[in-house]
Amino acid sequence: MPSRPPVQQPPDVRVRTTEVRVQSQAPRRRSPYRGYVYVLPAFAIYFCFAVLPALHTAYLSLFEWDGVTLGDWVGLGNYQEIFQDSILRRSVLNALVLVVFFSFIPIVVGLAMTGLLARFRRPGMGAYRFLFMLPQVVPLVAVGVTWRWLYGDDGLVNQTFRAVGLDGVTRAWLGDFGAALIAVGLVGTWVLSGLCMMLFLSGVQKVDPSLYEAARLDGAGPVREFVSVTLPHLRGEIAVAMTVTTVAALASFDIVYVTTNGGPGEQTTVPGLLVYRLAFSEGKVGLAAALAVVLGCLILGIVYLINRLSRSES
Amino acid sequence: MNTATRQERWSGYALLTVMAIAVVIPFLSVFLASLQPAGTPVVGLTWPERWSWDNYEQAWSVAGFSDLIQHSLTIAVGVVPASLVLAALAGYALGTMKLPGGNAVAAFFIAGLTIPVELIVVPLYFDLRGLGLTNSYLGVILVEIALFMPFSVFWMRTHFQSTPPSLVEAARIDGASSATILLRILLPLARPSLMTLGLLVFMWSWNQFLLVLVLIQDTTKHTAPAGLGFFVGQNSTDIPTLAAGTIIVMLPILILFVIFQRSFIAGLLQGAMKG
Repeated sequence: MPSRPPVQQPPDVRVRTTEVRVQSQAPRRRSPYRGYVYVLPAFAIYFCFAVLPALHTAYLSLFEWDGVTLGDWVGLGNYQEIFQDSILRRSVLNALVLVVFFSFIPIVVGLAMTGLLARFRRPGMGAYRFLFMLPQVVPLVAVGVTWRWLYGDDGLVNQTFRAVGLDGVTRAWLGDFGAALIAVGLVGTWVLSGLCMMLFLSGVQKVDPSLYEAARLDGAGPVREFVSVTLPHLRGEIAVAMTVTTVAALASFDIVYVTTNGGPGEQTTVPGLLVYRLAFSEGKVGLAAALAVVLGCLILGIVYLINRLSRSES
Repeated sequence: MNTATRQERWSGYALLTVMAIAVVIPFLSVFLASLQPAGTPVVGLTWPERWSWDNYEQAWSVAGFSDLIQHSLTIAVGVVPASLVLAALAGYALGTMKLPGGNAVAAFFIAGLTIPVELIVVPLYFDLRGLGLTNSYLGVILVEIALFMPFSVFWMRTHFQSTPPSLVEAARIDGASSATILLRILLPLARPSLMTLGLLVFMWSWNQFLLVLVLIQDTTKHTAPAGLGFFVGQNSTDIPTLAAGTIIVMLPILILFVIFQRSFIAGLLQGAMKG
């Protein structure tokens, strides 16, 4: 993470601060814990409605429970089942494939565009910025419904292929065994490419322009300049983009639910979808909880890894 | 910065424009479909022969999107003010006071940034059902506040950390209590940060899907995204009405985005960088 610039203070204020601190130290008799009164309400609601349920999920994952009758203790049996059951394993693999489309491609696109745009002032970027951030603010459900229509028999994708004479290629994309997962993945690419690009472009603005001039004077071409000037300055932004997009890929319930609902077959099933299905229509609450824990750990692990790597390099 | 050649500028803008068109076309396709006469088969990107707004009326009253929008607003009106108040209080204490163990508490909040809804929905359903909070907006509101709290606290803490400590110290010398310092001095200065946070929380609340799908099983009480998701399953062939419904669900957030785009974009980018 790039460090924030220190708050500007006129020097005379700073002098006064130290004096004040000396004075106020003496008569202090209030408990230093008093400030926690302010933290308590936020903490209570966060703990009760987010932390406790997460712990409760871990607890439930140790039982075989249908949600109605008494549950049976099965220890780590549910976790064993996740690694043995082909559908459950499949869902985790699908999520990892989605990472390519939600994370890898948007970052590459964003970097390429940034490399192209880094070296000149860009009047009129406001309008572009507005458009590129648009997919970020609308509900993913609406995005999913939109793409469901675009990928449909009479949708824009097929219309385009027909227009260029490729009638043989047209199909119901989301119902196609080979194409469905890629089609869903490309929706993620569409949503997240703009975000990555805007992150990188705002990061590049912090680079000292004279570095680019120096690189040019030294005879560096666009590629060389990108590798030695732009890329090193974007390390923090790339780590952030990786974190955000990977989490979006692994927790991609909304888009998948409305576009394919996991089909055809189990081609596009993702863990979030199975957690919902197992717990609320198949009565396998314990298994659903175990899968949720695996998903949570996967996300936590990846976020930790990305942060660790990006910090140790800098 | 005049190191770029004219050719580079040109190709840069050309590619930007291509990408911008790729972003816009799906929206345009849905919008045009929503203007077609109801019940007709619609193909891809077709300019409607006659602009008809009937589908919006159909979606709004018959398909029940007016109710869905109201439900979503009810939840957002509960979530946004509560999030702002709680986050401002906690952020104030964690950002300006030297609390023993304060950093650990802040880290505990930040750890929650990665909690996906999937991890908590299963027990939430059973626990809240026991409390009578399923099929209730209060249940959704409480969980959403909790879910957005890590970011909210983090955002406000970062804000208060950046205000000059001399302000607080000077007021303390004048005998102001910690509550007075927050209300009279720091909050008026925090207005831009609070506003950005409010917009982000509203957006997250508006867009929340899985949580509502689980906690509100009664489809007549659904929110806009949940209703839209349900509607697709039921009427996937009536494209014009579906398209109108999709536009209706997106519209409130789009209007806010157009008005407050600076806050939104700054919040989304800075929020990502800080988190």
